[in-house]
Amino acid sequence: MKQPERKKAILLLEDGSVFEGYSIGKQGTSGGEICFNTGMTGYQEIYTDPSYTGQIIVNTTAHIGNYGVHEDEDESASPTIKGIVVNDFTYQFSRNTATEGLNEYLERHNTVGISGLDTRKIVRHIRTKGAMNAIISSEIFDIDELKAELEKVPSMESLELSSQVTTKEAYELGSDNTGLRVAVIDYGIKRSILQNFVKRNCQVKVFPAKTALSDIEAWKPDGYFLSNGPGDPAAMDYAVDSVKELLNNNKPLFGICLGNQLLARAVGIDTFKMHHGHRGLNHPVKNLKTGKSEITSQNHGFSVDMDSLKNNKAAELTHLDLNDNTVEGLRLVDKPAFSVQYHPESSPGPHDSTYLFDDFIQLIKDQKS
Amino acid sequence: MPKDPSIKSILIIGSGPIIIGQACEFDYSGSQAARSLREEGIEVILINSNPATIMTDPVTADHVYLKPLTKKSIKEILEKHKVDAVLPTQGGQTALNLAIDCDKAGIWEKYGVKIIGVDIDAIETTEDREKFRLKMAEIGVGTCKGETATSFLKGKEIAQEIGFPLVIRPSYTLGGYGGGFVNTPEEFDKALNSGLQASPIHEVLVEQSILGWKEYELELLRDNIGNIIIICSIENFDPMGVHTGDSITVAPAMTLPDTVYQKMRDLAKIMMNAIGQFAGGCNVQFAVHPDTDEIIGIEINPRVSRSSALASKATGYPIAKIAAKLAIGYNLDELENQITKTTSAFFEPALDYVIVKIPRWNFDKFQGAERKLGLQMKSVGEAMGIGRNFQEALQKACQSLEIKRNGLGADGRELTDQQEILYSLENPSWNRLFHIYDAFKLGIPFKTIHKLTKIDPWFLHQIEELILLEKEISSHTLEDLPKALLREAKEKGYADRQIAHLLKCLESEVYSKRNELGIKRVYKLVDTCAAEFEAKTPYYYSAFDEENESHATDKKKIIVLGSGPNRIGQGIEFDYSCVHGVLAAKECGYETIMINCNPETVSTDFDTADKLYFEPVFWEHIYDIILHEKPEGVIVQLGGQTALKLAEKLHRYGIKIIGTSFEALDLAEDRGRFSDLLKEQEIPYPQYGTINDAEEAIELSKEIGFPLLVRPSYVLGGQNMKIVINEQELEEHVVNLLKDKPDGVILLDHFLEGAIEAEADAICDGEDVHIIGIMQHIEPAGIHSGDSYAVLPPYNLGDFVMRQIEEYTVKIAKALKTVGLINIQFAIKDDKVYIIEANPRASRTVPFICKAYREPYVNYATKVMLGEKKVKDFDFKPYKHGYAIKEPVFSFHKFPNVNKELGPEMKSTGEAIYFIDDLMDDYFLEIYSERNLYLSR
Repeated sequence: MKQPERKKAILLLEDGSVFEGYSIGKQGTSGGEICFNTGMTGYQEIYTDPSYTGQIIVNTTAHIGNYGVHEDEDESASPTIKGIVVNDFTYQFSRNTATEGLNEYLERHNTVGISGLDTRKIVRHIRTKGAMNAIISSEIFDIDELKAELEKVPSMESLELSSQVTTKEAYELGSDNTGLRVAVIDYGIKRSILQNFVKRNCQVKVFPAKTALSDIEAWKPDGYFLSNGPGDPAAMDYAVDSVKELLNNNKPLFGICLGNQLLARAVGIDTFKMHHGHRGLNHPVKNLKTGKSEITSQNHGFSVDMDSLKNNKAAELTHLDLNDNTVEGLRLVDKPAFSVQYHPESSPGPHDSTYLFDDFIQLIKDQKS
Repeated sequence: MPKDPSIKSILIIGSGPIIIGQACEFDYSGSQAARSLREEGIEVILINSNPATIMTDPVTADHVYLKPLTKKSIKEILEKHKVDAVLPTQGGQTALNLAIDCDKAGIWEKYGVKIIGVDIDAIETTEDREKFRLKMAEIGVGTCKGETATSFLKGKEIAQEIGFPLVIRPSYTLGGYGGGFVNTPEEFDKALNSGLQASPIHEVLVEQSILGWKEYELELLRDNIGNIIIICSIENFDPMGVHTGDSITVAPAMTLPDTVYQKMRDLAKIMMNAIGQFAGGCNVQFAVHPDTDEIIGIEINPRVSRSSALASKATGYPIAKIAAKLAIGYNLDELENQITKTTSAFFEPALDYVIVKIPRWNFDKFQGAERKLGLQMKSVGEAMGIGRNFQEALQKACQSLEIKRNGLGADGRELTDQQEILYSLENPSWNRLFHIYDAFKLGIPFKTIHKLTKIDPWFLHQIEELILLEKEISSHTLEDLPKALLREAKEKGYADRQIAHLLKCLESEVYSKRNELGIKRVYKLVDTCAAEFEAKTPYYYSAFDEENESHATDKKKIIVLGSGPNRIGQGIEFDYSCVHGVLAAKECGYETIMINCNPETVSTDFDTADKLYFEPVFWEHIYDIILHEKPEGVIVQLGGQTALKLAEKLHRYGIKIIGTSFEALDLAEDRGRFSDLLKEQEIPYPQYGTINDAEEAIELSKEIGFPLLVRPSYVLGGQNMKIVINEQELEEHVVNLLKDKPDGVILLDHFLEGAIEAEADAICDGEDVHIIGIMQHIEPAGIHSGDSYAVLPPYNLGDFVMRQIEEYTVKIAKALKTVGLINIQFAIKDDKVYIIEANPRASRTVPFICKAYREPYVNYATKVMLGEKKVKDFDFKPYKHGYAIKEPVFSFHKFPNVNKELGPEMKSTGEAIYFIDDLMDDYFLEIYSERNLYLSR
């Protein structure tokens, strides 16, 4: 075994904190909003989730890279994150079916990273000070120079990012004779969501985020799906307007994550930027209808405002976060539309909430009959 | 659903005496459950025959029954108390089996007792291999191919069908007892026979062998409405083939991709739901094919277990405590996270560190035992290391074992015999981990090591990396060692001593250098949530990282040193004393700090001390904590020999030892000076002498006369002690001892043949002495005190003898200026009392006396040690009724080829207490009549 040569890298936070570590993945400089994910598995799925676009991810788990990378486990064509921050990085991975090592993968996708720093300290810092921008570099070690680079990184608040990651062209998936046609509006969708529809015998057509309603309707969908995605929903009036239009058709509608926020905004409920968000595979959510709880996969830095939801007559709360009592799901009172803030498709994460896909399909079936 | 109002009183069944496969993890779970239920205002009634437990203390339950775990005892309790429900899931397989027995006899039904935490059908499905297999087939969970046989012929037929290699697993046995792998038809007949015999119902499972598959465990909790959470994933470093209790285990799982882990999680939930709908805990074991990721279910245990105790310590999630609340009706979402106190108990812990558990074996106690590890558990204890990475956790776990190593390697004790190493890699025993390290060091190719061990390459690479690091360090001297390299070694868990070995310098030099360079330990919190939320519970481990989270207060504080991993001669009794020491110091207004590394214990429950440092009881770690916390002093006399032997260093570094001084501790251990003291006090002792080689030994034997008791100084549990009757035997044993410790001093005592043994425990404040109890052994001298039956108070010692014992106890305690506890052992021959030894520390018998006399002696002794109280301040009112018999319990059934004869070396793993009204009692008469039976000489 040969040990890789260690190259210095630094991480600079917006508030001036500096951490020194080793460069992993692509050498270079990269800035974004720093956030942490507490999942102990699923790094590849996390890095390729388009919802993390523009962000630097701190993995809290002790080791990253242990089982390499598998080509079937990408959530999108390539990572759109701005970098990774890890405690201990494994070069000598172990998985017989792995297609490559994580380091080669990151290099190939131009993703920069830093390892060997006190990630727990960084997490506690973010937990206390809140979300902020940061920059990783394995080239610029002059702090002032790096600060200047960091200042060029836009703030996540009021940032629209979906148009960067949405599909350029509409495309179809699934067999074409099942009678269940779901129109997916892609704000940065994860592949596993689509797989969940296909697995349930849906015919799916994925539309670019800014598709006109008439183009969607021309495909004659039975229901609509609003995908997850990056950025601030408050900066997405175009999407909110199109959701309003979709709702007018009274067809079943289901939204996940950003989709949940867009549905809320479409009926006049506010969203806000959270202190440091929810990102992990262990978040407790209670389904208020069944009384049962589920362990969910979450990844959101914005949230639907609870007071605003409670004061809104058009919608009601269906899912509650048991840790901090924030909104994790809602439904419209007199329309067949519902959404959740968390990720029932998981990937990574527990499969406790896949029933929501079944619920949506049932809603379509009920509507059709 | 909130608490079930119909349950007002609950019976908890304990696990009985410590045996291999069932140890003090059930004291931890039982105590937690009892406390958890009492918090809810429920009356807790507890039965356990093991006196050395915290769970049987009045601080734990409302009514404690120290009775044999039998249907008869259960009926007696149910006659006396209105019991609404029984919780049988906290006392291991023993408690589950007793619950089934009582159920079959209709006892629960007769007394209207509801079974909570599990249901009987679930226990049967999980314990009966065939029912388990059918159930798994029904729900589509893969299992090993195989079938059960209740006859020899049937067994052979099945084997023919499955082919070899295969495995034989007897039904209803503990820790896999009686089972084994069979590679060839020739070995099969014998293995089948012994398997059938081992099973109480004469039934075995003959199964496809999945040797070498990766092995995992998940710990689950489920509530009444079916909410399920997975508390922890545990990966076995040793693949399938080694009993999980004998495997090195790691949490969280290190080599599972999310896709495979989630599939496993789904299967675990399906399995738990399939066996029943009770509210409680469950442990599920899986095997994963290393090439295909195929998962098969191995077993499911509907109760708390050794693994759930480990998972609780590994994650900070108190499984037993929450399981007890679920059993009385609460749902998970109604309870709070016990660590953060602000978030929900319905969640899955996220770890930002790694834990490694390494079992502790005692093969040295079982001459002739098969040392190869397999399906039967053979370890007697375990140690856990917590680190920011696997390597650090691994090194810490090795440092915790107390097997005369300073960690994994770098201590000059490597094995270099290639053949021996290769054999060991393929035939795992207690030292395989060390031999993997040796193999890399010797340059044995990675592929060969992997082929022989089948251990996941990720783990092997981690060890290989250590060798590379060591090579780099060795190429430097202390002076030119780069800071980054030193820091890396510390981050990877190397002790200063190991680094000193690599650099050929002194430990103290490495220590000074790293402090000069600012490479210092910080303390991180075990918080269940990877720092996402603020945690309120002070449960720490050390790491070489940037930020320190353990803030020392300026309160007056005390550190209590724990007793490390359980082993024969030092087990749960010492944990009992440590816990009481902590509680007493708290009562005196001290902030209490516990240091220990045994995940099975109550002392490492984060609810016990004000602050818990889960660290090796290893000098470097302790010293850093002391420097960080600046306590008033350290209590060493409660944690057995482990803690006591650190006294010298503490003394040398000017750290105050609470209670009896180091000088007195040392004096008691130094045979020469101690005998001088006895002579001065006119107290008789057997003729003795010290020697340095076999020639001197022969000379001395002529003076003292045979039989002789031969032993090294500073021993634990009579290790390497032997009685010899002639010169040839003497020579042989002395040569043997010197082989292990060439410069050691050996003691020869004249052995008082046929003498009666007795021991006394006392509390002394330096001026006054209170004897808390005197116990008389049933077997004559020659059997280790831990292995003999003993009776409290003595059953046939005359007044004259008793007066001598009392007088000598008082004299010795005072002469040693004891402050705290002291235990003195006596041999009585022809009405003359001789002193065998004196130990100025908590002994194995103290908890027994506390239980029998119903007085908190460790609490009193701790207050005396702290100077808060004098002996005369206490109003001693022991409950004296009849006699209490201490019954030693052995685990010989795990070692079928071992000679069961007893001698001066302790072999028992546990003890039970049995109360009798008078000496006409049948039980007493029987053991008394057999007192000479097991004596080796």
